[in-house]
Amino acid sequence: MTATSTTSSASGSISAAEIDASCRLPLFQLFVGAVIWAAVASVFGLLASLRFHDPNLLSHYSWLTYGRVLPIATNAWIYGFCMPAGLGVALWIIARLSETRVAQPFLIAVGAKLWNLGVLIGLVSILAGDNTGFETLEFPRFGVVFLFLGYLVIGYWMLVTLHNRKEATVGPTQWFLLAALFWFPWIYFTANYLLLAHTPVRGVVQPIIAWWYAANLKLVWFGLVGLAVIFHFVQRMMKRRLYSRNLAALTFWSIVLFASWSGIPSTAPVPAWLPSISTVATVLTAITALAVVVNVYQTCGRDCSKSEDPAAGKFIAFGTMAFVVAWLMNVLNALPGVNAVTNLTWYTVAQSQLNVFGFFAMTMFGAMYYIVPRVTGVEWPSLKSVKIHYWLAVAGIILIVVPLAIGGFVEGFNWQNVKMTNVQVAGSALNFVRVSTIGELLILLGNLILLGNLIRLSIRYSQTHFVPVYKEATTELKPAEGKP
Amino acid sequence: MRYGPLVFLAAFFALAVSWFGMVYTPQIQLGGAVQETNSVISSDLYPSERPGLARQGLEVYRENGCFYCHSQQVSQKGTLVDLFLTDAGKTNMAVANALNEEHVGTGTFSGPGIAAGLPKAIARNLSMERAQSLAAILKNNGAKSEMHLVPIGADIERGWGVRRTVAEDFIADATVMPGSQRVGPDLANIGARSPDLNWQLVHLYNPKLVTADSPMPPYPFLFEEKKIGSHPSPDALRPVGKFAPRAGYEIVPKPEARALANYLVSLRADTPLYEAPLTPPPPPKAATNAPAATNAPAAK
Repeated sequence: MTATSTTSSASGSISAAEIDASCRLPLFQLFVGAVIWAAVASVFGLLASLRFHDPNLLSHYSWLTYGRVLPIATNAWIYGFCMPAGLGVALWIIARLSETRVAQPFLIAVGAKLWNLGVLIGLVSILAGDNTGFETLEFPRFGVVFLFLGYLVIGYWMLVTLHNRKEATVGPTQWFLLAALFWFPWIYFTANYLLLAHTPVRGVVQPIIAWWYAANLKLVWFGLVGLAVIFHFVQRMMKRRLYSRNLAALTFWSIVLFASWSGIPSTAPVPAWLPSISTVATVLTAITALAVVVNVYQTCGRDCSKSEDPAAGKFIAFGTMAFVVAWLMNVLNALPGVNAVTNLTWYTVAQSQLNVFGFFAMTMFGAMYYIVPRVTGVEWPSLKSVKIHYWLAVAGIILIVVPLAIGGFVEGFNWQNVKMTNVQVAGSALNFVRVSTIGELLILLGNLILLGNLIRLSIRYSQTHFVPVYKEATTELKPAEGKP
Repeated sequence: MRYGPLVFLAAFFALAVSWFGMVYTPQIQLGGAVQETNSVISSDLYPSERPGLARQGLEVYRENGCFYCHSQQVSQKGTLVDLFLTDAGKTNMAVANALNEEHVGTGTFSGPGIAAGLPKAIARNLSMERAQSLAAILKNNGAKSEMHLVPIGADIERGWGVRRTVAEDFIADATVMPGSQRVGPDLANIGARSPDLNWQLVHLYNPKLVTADSPMPPYPFLFEEKKIGSHPSPDALRPVGKFAPRAGYEIVPKPEARALANYLVSLRADTPLYEAPLTPPPPPKAATNAPAATNAPAAK
């Protein structure tokens, strides 16, 4: 692949403003949809959590039962917010690094529409009781088709944009994004085809594939995209190069080789070689976390606060820390002695929340806060609310992860204590879950603030861009009316 | 890794290897598994297909996301052996002395005492090696013994099952939901623990009717509150106290509730298998039929 840009103008260089302008339409589609889904997800997350205060709450409505509200929250987060936001940020980074305009921005926007339609169909289906029964793959076939097509459209034109790059060589950020771009369609097609096609696989192969998919999405895809964004913004905001390309390569290889084998719980009712390999692979992902710590710390040093955009930088710094903690929590969970206690408890939920929300979503929030003003040319209407969102999100995630992780250990030890009855053990975790409700509430408030800020920014954008155009168009009509 | 195609190849290679190991190989190993007569004690096919209503109940279980709070996987720490003496032979004294020399059990055995009340356990929770060496000693002294395999672990002590759950247990199910969390108890053997359909229905209607401080939500939407007509429904629930319906009304389970209860009752995985062996307790003398394949519902 040699980057031959014969189409570009004689001068050969495209300004950053031109590149940003070409991102505007697709990013608007991806980000607005993502932020709306984030608000939906946190409403349902709060609803699910409230059940632990009063089990009778809304129990007369089948579509609001815990087993439907919970997957709505997780799926709206993952497929509604995280993936479109990640794709949008990745698109902007690819275009900027390639120093080329986005290829086919309109088609990418159409892809985003298809994706969001798929999410809507999937979520409504779950509410109506059409849950596939596989965690993180709950959407039924007719929702999956739209998601998959949408991704193919977005991903293809992103690859073309990457292909049109000015420099032939690629850096760490591009490795991560290139690998992630083609990783998702493979795992998504494999899992859905084998689980939901006309002759699905049988027996425990079903959960094995679902576990494999979940690890490849939440660890590999989120890891690759999230770290690409972190590495890119650390360099951009600090105006420095990444400390070590070799460490980045180590991070890359440890993710694609080890994280892609993790995910099978040690107690799973499957042949022993599967959880054994998975455990070893998961323990080896500690390399990923440590390599990121060294690389980012050596790049930033103690100058973190001197970044170009401190408000956005804070989100990304928190995302980086959450990444390290979440992956080390995952390693801890894989150790056989610990897993005997933590498996099948709230601890795994805490780990997943820290990875999905603390690491990935926070990193994307930061990137969005940085990108949107540049792409639209409109500043965020309220910088104060960016700060408030940050603190609400941080407090929320801490109030979810810490109690649930401790509660998981308490619950796990209690399940081992056969003198306690089932009801006593289940009850022993309740108060930890109840504390996490406060966290869900704070996250909801933060998401609503972001949504409000984004809506106000869109209004301002339309006032500066569309209103004058509209006025111009309408004034031109007047002489035509007075003619006869 | 300076060039795009190289990065692509690296990722392609890594994902292909992972796919081969974690998707293709398990499918080759397990995907073709069929019901077999590989049960240790019975020649019936295991596991048997769930009856139609129970299969519909699995769909209700899936739709309402029961698997977010309940696992269906019992684990065990290991398997120990209980050694039973079945025949003390002719030289009781020698048998007792041999056992005493090996320091078996808590007390000492006496010649006449050892032959009383056979078959009886002479030592429990032995490792397989120890049990085999003791059995050999007994055999040398003319006595006969039996080894009973006993799976151990917190889940089993809790009464969630008699052995660990294995891949074989799930062959007959269309959607396999082993679960990821134990917000409530494991259900792999709920049909063995609570085989009464009516208990299941009452528990679904409101768990507090069965367990006063249960944190499980009630599922009233699986039931109908009907006016009692000239023919009261024969399968209406009779909740009492504050759970009782309005006067003149009765609580009737909808088909979904009945299907779900049938599914729950059909959940039992306690047949001994080669990969998860155990010695089942002897069938009660009054039983006329040999226990059928145990995945079938216990009660209709």
